[in-house]
Amino acid sequence: MSYSSDLYQQVILDHNRKPRNFFAMEDSTHHCEGYNPLCGDKITVYLKVGNGGVIEDISFNGSGCAISKSSASMMTAFLKGKTIDTAKSVFESFHAMVTDDPGFDQAKSNLGKLAIFEGVREYPSRIKCATLSWHTLISAIDDKKEAQTE
Amino acid sequence: MKVDATIREIDIETVRKDFPVLSVKMGDNSIAYLDSGATAQKPLAVIERMKEFDSHQYATVHRGSYRLGEEATQIFESGRETIASFIGAKQGREIVYTSGATMSINLVAYGYGRKFIRRGDEIVISDMEHHANIVPWLKLCEETGAVLKVIPVTETGEFDESAFVKLLSARTKLVSITHVSNVLGTVNRVKELSALAHSAGAKVLVDGAQAAPHMKIDVSEIDSDFYVFSGHKMYGPTGVGVLYGKYDLLETMDPLLTGGDMIERVTFAGATYAPPPQRFEAGTPPITQVVGLCAAIDYLSAIGMETIEERERELLEYGSDLLRKIPQVRIIGTAPGKAAILSFVVDSVHPHDMVTILDGEGVAVRGGHHCAQPLMDRYNIPAATRASLAFYNTTEELDRLSAAIRKAVALFG
Ligand SMILES: Cc1ncc(COP(=O)(O)O)c(C=O)c1O
Repeated sequence: MSYSSDLYQQVILDHNRKPRNFFAMEDSTHHCEGYNPLCGDKITVYLKVGNGGVIEDISFNGSGCAISKSSASMMTAFLKGKTIDTAKSVFESFHAMVTDDPGFDQAKSNLGKLAIFEGVREYPSRIKCATLSWHTLISAIDDKKEAQTE
Repeated sequence: MKVDATIREIDIETVRKDFPVLSVKMGDNSIAYLDSGATAQKPLAVIERMKEFDSHQYATVHRGSYRLGEEATQIFESGRETIASFIGAKQGREIVYTSGATMSINLVAYGYGRKFIRRGDEIVISDMEHHANIVPWLKLCEETGAVLKVIPVTETGEFDESAFVKLLSARTKLVSITHVSNVLGTVNRVKELSALAHSAGAKVLVDGAQAAPHMKIDVSEIDSDFYVFSGHKMYGPTGVGVLYGKYDLLETMDPLLTGGDMIERVTFAGATYAPPPQRFEAGTPPITQVVGLCAAIDYLSAIGMETIEERERELLEYGSDLLRKIPQVRIIGTAPGKAAILSFVVDSVHPHDMVTILDGEGVAVRGGHHCAQPLMDRYNIPAATRASLAFYNTTEELDRLSAAIRKAVALFG
């Protein structure tokens, strides 16, 4: 196995090639544009939040590398139908996973399929690619105009 | 092909042994270092000269009257002559030591620009500038009310010279352009452009950061008023660079930094500045780095800049041929006679992913906007991958580059 094949797994390549929920939502209740100045990745996340904070619909569009695009795609697929509170807690876990937070425990996490991004932690320059859509999501929920990776 | 008796073949085996980093392993492979445009590797001649200087000759300059300090000062000051003769400057005192090209440009923007450029005056740059040759001028325009004009770049990556001529007028105070583009590799006709700018009454700055390491520079022939470059891109250390300026012009300029070492006389009523180049060198300078830069120049001169140019031209031709054979690859910058920089995009593989895949194969290239966002906008691309070559690279490394790109293309389909 080569150095990069643990990063570019088939699932990631597939979401990159055929991103899910990839459109600009006309009737969103929240949206935000995220930008990673380091590599020029730019995505917008759209949310339609209904009663009880349920994410009724979620989408994204923009341009970026395979990691940022597939991460955004899988995020939208994962969060549709879940609540905003769940989204925030999944973000915390995702962030802890890719930044190799010592307190993170994959077995106890709520990440499901998103665990595939665990390999990103071996590539420090790519962590921001994986988290861009998540930061943008949180900024959209908080009604910020623009998000940047920290 | 040109036959020139002064051009010798490079003994590549020997040359590669001069650069220790080139034998670093990345996994099973030696690194194929194709990022010399960002920063070049140092030969042992530089590493050892700096070590020797620090071990036996180091002291601060322009201060001590003790012998160690005097000798260090003499070595430091004689570097100006080494650099002057390397770039065809007439006098050592036209060489100002800076921290790098970025600082050199800022020094002109502040020391010359703030003093002489006024509201309504125009500064001309181009579409292919590095941010280092854009942002200082944006800031100057903001402060003074001067106006920035931009020379457009053609599809192949050359200046549109007729558009340039139209931009010039009596309002043009300064033209600041790159000698070699860090993305496109284009070698600009700086001598001709400089003459045009002068006939409009403008001063000229040439950004030689990507030129000085790769070709014979003759500032007297180019006749620019300023010429800037960085030590670390020409096989020397970081932390040192050069501002060449015509002496009578340097004399009219204000310092950017003030403090010790750049004054003639200080009282609490005021200070008088030292003449150039000291006027622009406030504080303790990068002493060992200057020594390292001069060692790099000696190393390059021993090989010969014509020989280096010829070697890099062959490598570029070989690499371009390989990349042109990959149908998905689009090369950005195809000007005739360009320098050995190969920037490219592949629609299905984002540059950031390309860099990671290539790194997996031990091939080190750069992906991103290359501090040239306006140029990315010009080509309508968010980013590009860049292989920038040096004379120490080999055709075998280019074969590995090409194979790794093919692998990325296949993976992303
Ligand atoms: C064309 C050009 N100009 C200026 C610079 C800035 O050089 P430095 O970062 O050494 O100051 C660079 C470096 O990338 C460059 O390529």
